[in-house]
Amino acid sequence: MAVKTATGAPAPLPAGTAAPAKKGFWAWLNRRMPIEEFVATQVTGYYSPKNFNIWYFFGSLAGLVLVLQLLSGIYLTMFYKVGEVSSFDSVEYIMREVDYGWLIRYLHSTGASAFFIVVYLHMYRALLYGSYRAPRELLWLLGMFVYLALMAEAFMGYVLPWGNMSFWGAQVIVNLFGTIPGIGPGLVEWIRGDYGIADATLNRFFAMHVALLPLALLLLVALHLVALRQTGSNNPDGIEIKEKLGPDGHPLDGVPFHPYYTVKDVVGVGVFALLFAIVVFFVPTLGGLFLESPNFEPANPLSTPEHIAPAWYFTPYYAILRAVPNQRMGALLMLLAVSAFFFLPWLDRSPVRSMRYKGWMSRTALTLFTASFLLLGYLGLQPAEGLYVALARIATVIYFLFFLLMPFYTRLDPVKPVPERVTYHAH
Amino acid sequence: MRTDPGSRARARAGDAVARLSCCSLLVAALMTLTLAHGTARAAEEEAATATEAARFGADWRSWHANTEVTDLPSVQRGARNFTSYCLGCHGLKYERWSRLGDDLSIPPELLQQDLLPPGDKPTDYILTTMPPKDAESWFGKTPPDLTLMMRARGRNYVYQFLKTFYVDPGRQTGINNLRLPATAMPHVLSELEGLKRAVFRDVMTKGEGGQFTHEQVFDHFDIIAPGRLSESEYDGFVRDTVNFLDYVSEPSQAARRALGVWVVLFLLVFTWLAWLVKREYWKDVH
Repeated sequence: MAVKTATGAPAPLPAGTAAPAKKGFWAWLNRRMPIEEFVATQVTGYYSPKNFNIWYFFGSLAGLVLVLQLLSGIYLTMFYKVGEVSSFDSVEYIMREVDYGWLIRYLHSTGASAFFIVVYLHMYRALLYGSYRAPRELLWLLGMFVYLALMAEAFMGYVLPWGNMSFWGAQVIVNLFGTIPGIGPGLVEWIRGDYGIADATLNRFFAMHVALLPLALLLLVALHLVALRQTGSNNPDGIEIKEKLGPDGHPLDGVPFHPYYTVKDVVGVGVFALLFAIVVFFVPTLGGLFLESPNFEPANPLSTPEHIAPAWYFTPYYAILRAVPNQRMGALLMLLAVSAFFFLPWLDRSPVRSMRYKGWMSRTALTLFTASFLLLGYLGLQPAEGLYVALARIATVIYFLFFLLMPFYTRLDPVKPVPERVTYHAH
Repeated sequence: MRTDPGSRARARAGDAVARLSCCSLLVAALMTLTLAHGTARAAEEEAATATEAARFGADWRSWHANTEVTDLPSVQRGARNFTSYCLGCHGLKYERWSRLGDDLSIPPELLQQDLLPPGDKPTDYILTTMPPKDAESWFGKTPPDLTLMMRARGRNYVYQFLKTFYVDPGRQTGINNLRLPATAMPHVLSELEGLKRAVFRDVMTKGEGGQFTHEQVFDHFDIIAPGRLSESEYDGFVRDTVNFLDYVSEPSQAARRALGVWVVLFLLVFTWLAWLVKREYWKDVH
């Protein structure tokens, strides 16, 4: 329990390192590994702004889903048999004959979609409150690299069940590399390891999915957290709590991460787990969005599914790809659409960070961008014809204007005065 | 708090914006989902206009199987139907006889006696005895394994398929199907359903170049030879079979839902307790 002081503020913790205990195994351990010091500086001694709102749950939830994916993935690897002739059958074996195999598989497949949901919301939070702004540019860039690694991880994982959509999805995505001038065709062959999507492709995607990319993800997430510890969290008001320190040297508007945010995040975990469990146990395919019907038929190079669409989390970019008549230009635009986020810290010229104090221009821009992103996500699931293509083109233009015009509208925007201290209403 | 009231009000307004955008995101996501669903269904039902729906069979695209996989007697009857009428050509290669017996509460003796093909062990997978080579030469293609058919195509698809066979002298089998035109499958259930004739209507549609083209649109079915079952009995037969195939496509689904209820109840209690703990801690923060 937190100790109450006379003023009601949380009791200050000893600054710097905690004095190590003198005797016993714990002391022996701490003389050899700075466990207590780590906890004192990074957990109980790490101060987070006290005005976090609902948007601040998604970082810890992304961490939770990462752990869930690693554990369920390891369990699946014990039964999954990679290979053109065995992959599909082994997934059905897991679903039917492995004890609670269906549960582990649904946790993993739902976890993939949940990962993107929390990561998209986590990124959106940064857009709302300007969390990518200086001094947190590197934190944002590392987060973007996590997002890219996650996309690669999800795409390769999607191929592993070797269903018909796995096969054709891989076909479409890998062929995008063929649009690169000059080296394209050779590169595609090098990626596939064969003249078509085949056994060799499946095997190397497996290696990437279970070894290289998870390691890359873990490393990037660790760096993301280290960078976060260096700058400290932003907050909905977009002001630096470090600039207003109390007599104890801790931010006046900060609370120790533990216990305050650990107990708060557990509530978030509960709500998230509840929604997650409803999907896993009652609608694991979510009407074909989380697990597509064509993927219950084995990969068949001779039979193309009626509509080839990637998993829902890629559909905004897929819609942009198809909105352009020229495939090479489409692929380029798709690449730009993903990489545009990298430049946000330098595109945003607003004197304030948070949307709370930005003016109508930034708000309109973000609203239009949100609408275009969601619309593109929907259109990516539909066949590319008629009105759908026209809408996708309009949405694509809005998508890019959000980034291209940002240096201008953020400077012209009539911003509101930013308060000295964070706004917080005690409950 | 030392913040001035003005900034507090602004922040509150900002919070409202944050909440509003959070809500609108959720609503938009839900709408997207509903839309996606709606369009898929609309495409499926495009041909069924209100007047046609009133005619016998014209609204076949909107027929729903409405089966319930926890209806054990129905699934058991479906298993009987499957072994009697389907297993000759179609296998269930991912399902073992013993699993079927356990899940459907069929005693081992009864399973052995009534369902198991002679020579098969209960631990064997449910395979058809028809050699694929023969199938190829008889039907032009190997009949598909049906284990995952419900997950790949959906219950309504198979339900509509089994209910829209009609006589077509132009086909080699003498039979055609509305759901899967030019199907290679003969109407193996005609003994039960009888035979139907499909009556098509000539509809003029304006093509892209402005010229009119004739199109044959299905109008209704005529029964030309009654089968052993009445119309409603045959419907029940098909529903049971579909229900059984639904079970086979995911044998753990009943267990999944049953376990899910407890998990959700646990998480409700857990989240409530976690919220109480959070509230207690945060009383200290002003």
